[in-house]
Amino acid sequence: MSTPFEYAPAPESRSVVDLRPTYGLFVGGEFVDGHADPLKSVNPATEEVLAEVATADADDVDAAVRAARRAYQRTWSRMSGSERGKYLFRIARLIQERSRELAVLETLDNGKPIKEARDVDVPTAAAHFFYYAGWADKLEYAVAGGGTPQPLGVAGQVIPWNFPFLMLAWKVAPALAAGNTVVLKPAETTPLSALLFAEICQQADLPPGVVNIVTGAGATGQAVVSHADVDKVAFTGSTDVGRSIARAVAGSDKRLTLELGGKAANIVYDDAPLDEAVEGIVNGIFFNQGHVCCAGSRLLVQESVAEEVLERLRRRMGTLRLGDPLDKNTDVGAINSSAQLARIRELVEAGEAEGAERWSPPCDLPERGYWFAPTLFTGVSQAHRIAREEIFGPVLSVLTFRTPAEAVEKANNTPYGLSAGIWSDKGSRALWTAERLRAGVVWTNTFNKFDPASPFGGYKESGYGREGGRHGLEAYLKGADQ
Amino acid sequence: MTSLSSTASSLADVTTSDAALRRFLHGLPGVDQVGVEQRVASLATRSIKTTAKAYALDLAIRMVDLTTLEGADTPGKVRSLGAKALRPDPTDPTCPSVAAVCVYPDMVPYAVEAVTTPGGRLHVASVATAFPSGRSSRSIKLEDTRDAVAAGADEIDMVIDRGAFLTGRYLDVFEEIVAVREACARPDGSRAHLKVIFETGELQTYDNVRRVSWLAMLAGADFIKTSTGKVQPAATLPVTLVMLEAVRDFRASTGRMVGVKPAGGIRTSKDAIRYLVVVNEVAGPDWLDPDWFRFGASSLLNDLLLQRTKMSTGRYSGPDYVTLD
Repeated sequence: MSTPFEYAPAPESRSVVDLRPTYGLFVGGEFVDGHADPLKSVNPATEEVLAEVATADADDVDAAVRAARRAYQRTWSRMSGSERGKYLFRIARLIQERSRELAVLETLDNGKPIKEARDVDVPTAAAHFFYYAGWADKLEYAVAGGGTPQPLGVAGQVIPWNFPFLMLAWKVAPALAAGNTVVLKPAETTPLSALLFAEICQQADLPPGVVNIVTGAGATGQAVVSHADVDKVAFTGSTDVGRSIARAVAGSDKRLTLELGGKAANIVYDDAPLDEAVEGIVNGIFFNQGHVCCAGSRLLVQESVAEEVLERLRRRMGTLRLGDPLDKNTDVGAINSSAQLARIRELVEAGEAEGAERWSPPCDLPERGYWFAPTLFTGVSQAHRIAREEIFGPVLSVLTFRTPAEAVEKANNTPYGLSAGIWSDKGSRALWTAERLRAGVVWTNTFNKFDPASPFGGYKESGYGREGGRHGLEAYLKGADQ
Repeated sequence: MTSLSSTASSLADVTTSDAALRRFLHGLPGVDQVGVEQRVASLATRSIKTTAKAYALDLAIRMVDLTTLEGADTPGKVRSLGAKALRPDPTDPTCPSVAAVCVYPDMVPYAVEAVTTPGGRLHVASVATAFPSGRSSRSIKLEDTRDAVAAGADEIDMVIDRGAFLTGRYLDVFEEIVAVREACARPDGSRAHLKVIFETGELQTYDNVRRVSWLAMLAGADFIKTSTGKVQPAATLPVTLVMLEAVRDFRASTGRMVGVKPAGGIRTSKDAIRYLVVVNEVAGPDWLDPDWFRFGASSLLNDLLLQRTKMSTGRYSGPDYVTLD
């Protein structure tokens, strides 16, 4: 759409971030060298190398686990809940104080639009620390059965690249509130905000070893989850890796929570508030370039309004602004890595080859960096790969249904079960549908709403365990009788 | 379910009876309050800087209906308002004029005189139909309208009968708008433009805003307008967004374009720019024109001028450097 009202570039300043040329591992409260080959973290919007980051081999991971064990035994598990809470409140406030720095760094390293990093990722991360800080001295109310529940020990946590800092908060905040210490491995393409978090831990005077951060790729993660002295493993990422972690942990007494992939249905009934439903569809699949495990990647729209919804959706997609993630007006940023871009392309080609119709609005892609235009597939059937496999990109598959029963049947016909959306002005229909959807999170007349007080997690191949709320705390505690 | 694909001919049928009109208006898709407010909040984060800001400030000035609607209005007050409307910034000849001045019917002759120059004249808008309450007989309302048109008003800002709307007498409201539109006719066959004020602060729900927008457009409104400025809340961004969706969808189904005028409560340049962003991204760039979008405002103009000066000089001046009226 051409308009005389061209928004001039409004870039957020990079100067707030002090990037170091090299970063070490964070073990025992200090930055130390790693002994595997360092990796280069790249800005996916420009392919510029941001920094060289040390990676941890098995010995480095062992040192981190030992540091965590020491901190667990000597200080953190013995500290009163209210004292732990003070540290967490302090961390939460520091996240707020350094929010701009965190947001810009997240955007540089991940490629997500600054407005998302600024308005969603960082504030929600701070909210998680505030929320769990409040639980730290109230743990006897967190687990059924009475008595004061006990922490598990050392938690090994492996997090993905789509929300690097927010996923860190989801993992670290409840673990620490419950009295555990952690060894966290950020994703290899997005380690930088976790390393800034390490600085925040220093700034907060967090006792050394309570939080340890080991950077690296799959081998480092493997070393973390299979370390003999790790009591609890928490993983967010792909279902494939989740399976291999479950195998690695099987037969040990490690506790495990997995938050894996999804192929969420976003169901639009004919009585839906259509303009807002279109907003919800756009938010559901194009938020964070579709790099969202709970993305509404399958649109199920009632046939009687399908044409009208698609007409409105196409027009709305035409107003999405793709480009420089640091520009405050950018709606769709860069794909996080060339590997992910290749996967999206492969699935989109499969969609075309299987006969679905592909559409994107006119959209200039920058020459450098990893980019993919917002894409819509119509004429998709349940059998197509693009309706079954998680694309993890800005690609929406549109399917139709005729009756509520068919909507539920199609929505549930997937190996995944993380999230779902329902759009209807009729409360009884929305509730009827929600009761029948096999998904851990069901949003009605909204999508991608996150709150630290609300548990989040999946069914089936989307994993097990819950994060957020009181349920998220249970994963890091054992009851008095255990 | 009504939709964009409704044809113009089927729309003609919906105003044949009260029941048909009710079925149509109640069949429009609902508006989700949380969703619409979230959309507005997200558009409000757009960062409009440098060239875009300069464009938006000038456009906003050109869209102002500079308004005085006070019991204390005098010919003198209206004359100085007219002078301000013509040359908002006497120190800068590149500063555009506003779109129109907006006054009570008895002030129209003074307004016409004040905005007439050898080179042409600005539009004069007059409120009418027992503004602001609309609580008078239809004959009085029509006479009020004819009076303003005869005095030289180019645009009539009428108020709807909110009581009738809220009790569901949609056809009454419809017929009154049609009648006022007819009263806008001039002897030479031309017609004053009709703006229809909803007083959305009294209608309250977004569903009502969507329904009344369609009702007024079906009745032939040239513009739909949020408020009189006499009731709180006056114009809000979410209400304006719902109205912009309505004019967008109305054009898609009938081909006819209708303008939108938020009025009351828009005081700062930042507010005005947020409205323009919503116009741009919801209705589309075709509405970025004083023919299709107006601001009903009085104090907004001076803030636009202060910001405009800041853009060109790099410094903020003070309220004493823009004229009062």
